[in-house]
Amino acid sequence: MQSLGIDVLFKGTNFLRLLEGLWVAVRISLISVAISIVLGILVGILMTSRNMAVKAIFRVYLEIVRIMPQMVLLFIVYFGTTRVFGWDLEAETAAIIVFVFWGTAEMGDLVRGALISIPKIQYESAAALGMSRGMAFRYVILPQTIRRLIPLSINLITRMIKTTSLVMMIGIVEVLKVGQQIIEANRKVSPNAAFGVFAVIFLMYFLICWPVSRLAVWLEKKWA
Amino acid sequence: MDIEVIRSYIPLYRDALLLTLRIGWQGVLWAFVIGLVCTLIRQLRIPVLRQLVTVYVELFRNTPLLVQLFFMYFALPKIGIRISAEVCGSLGLGLLGGAYMAETFRSGLDNIAPIQEESALSLGMSYLQAFRYVILPQAVTASMPGIVANVIFLLKETSVFSVISLMDLMFTAKDLIGMYAKTIECLTLLVVFYLIMLLPVSLLGSLLERRMRRAEFGN
Repeated sequence: MQSLGIDVLFKGTNFLRLLEGLWVAVRISLISVAISIVLGILVGILMTSRNMAVKAIFRVYLEIVRIMPQMVLLFIVYFGTTRVFGWDLEAETAAIIVFVFWGTAEMGDLVRGALISIPKIQYESAAALGMSRGMAFRYVILPQTIRRLIPLSINLITRMIKTTSLVMMIGIVEVLKVGQQIIEANRKVSPNAAFGVFAVIFLMYFLICWPVSRLAVWLEKKWA
Repeated sequence: MDIEVIRSYIPLYRDALLLTLRIGWQGVLWAFVIGLVCTLIRQLRIPVLRQLVTVYVELFRNTPLLVQLFFMYFALPKIGIRISAEVCGSLGLGLLGGAYMAETFRSGLDNIAPIQEESALSLGMSYLQAFRYVILPQAVTASMPGIVANVIFLLKETSVFSVISLMDLMFTAKDLIGMYAKTIECLTLLVVFYLIMLLPVSLLGSLLERRMRRAEFGN
């Protein structure tokens, strides 16, 4: 049997290039997650508001994010804005805009869920102990909310990393694209390189996402 | 926005939608089947198979569908496994979904306190009756929100099918934009057709969740 392309990976700087490609995707997700968490906390608090208009706006926002594939949003922001507003967005900027739009909705929903999951009796007990509203929030509600939120936000990171693989569709050179380039360049000498290269990319994603999602599960159990 | 252009594009988008729907629902069906088989293996604690299920679930939950499809469609033929693009799409979606469904079903079953089964048995029910009348209804109710979320997630994920050269909605939109540069019309149709595909599922899902909640007891 011919070689399955493992040799190609160790030729020259190929492996390094793959890692760089992976970093492009991971960097986009980390930036997006960081912004999403901050905005998501604000959105989540706003979503618990009793104001009907505010509620309605965020419902529509959430529903859009729930239904529209991120791919479609990427296309709209990347191709649409050039047409309509004449903006010449960098592909990476477009990607970050879309993933923040998506991540903020997800995070907002998590924050809202965590806030309303705290039983009312917690507020009442704090008040009965003579705490002010601020104190109750600071010492009773917030610690519980954060404990519920941290595992869920860690999960959001892995989902974000998995989703950013889509950026290759708007022309960003990330790990899959680098993989294709390597396969293409070695077509003659190693026609089966696709196997080795894509198997390694598969494993790379797993090795990044798996420990992170295990951490989330562990924290969830620990703080349950 | 040019109405004529839109009118002339609609048949192309309709075909793409039908293809996406066909492969999407096949994938969802696969996901249910694979998820159920995995749950069965886990519940019956079959050795070896149980460990394999865990490996499979972790592997597919922690990698993007895009990478899975690349592997199935471009890498597997190099070791002699050739799958057509359509089968690759539905099976790939099914493998991804199966891993998610297995987790959802498990958390649904885990949610049921052991006392439920014990009480059923002490009332003289057989194991099968206890499962059918006591465990299953509660488990289905508990996993319903997760199941609905999974189905919507899977149907959304169909948007990456164009990488294995399936002529789905994304493929059609990208192709048309590339050829005629009617970007706004193409993107509008794209959004409209995804709404046609997903809005009914989303609404039906919410309805189902609400109805199921009536079966809940005590809370």
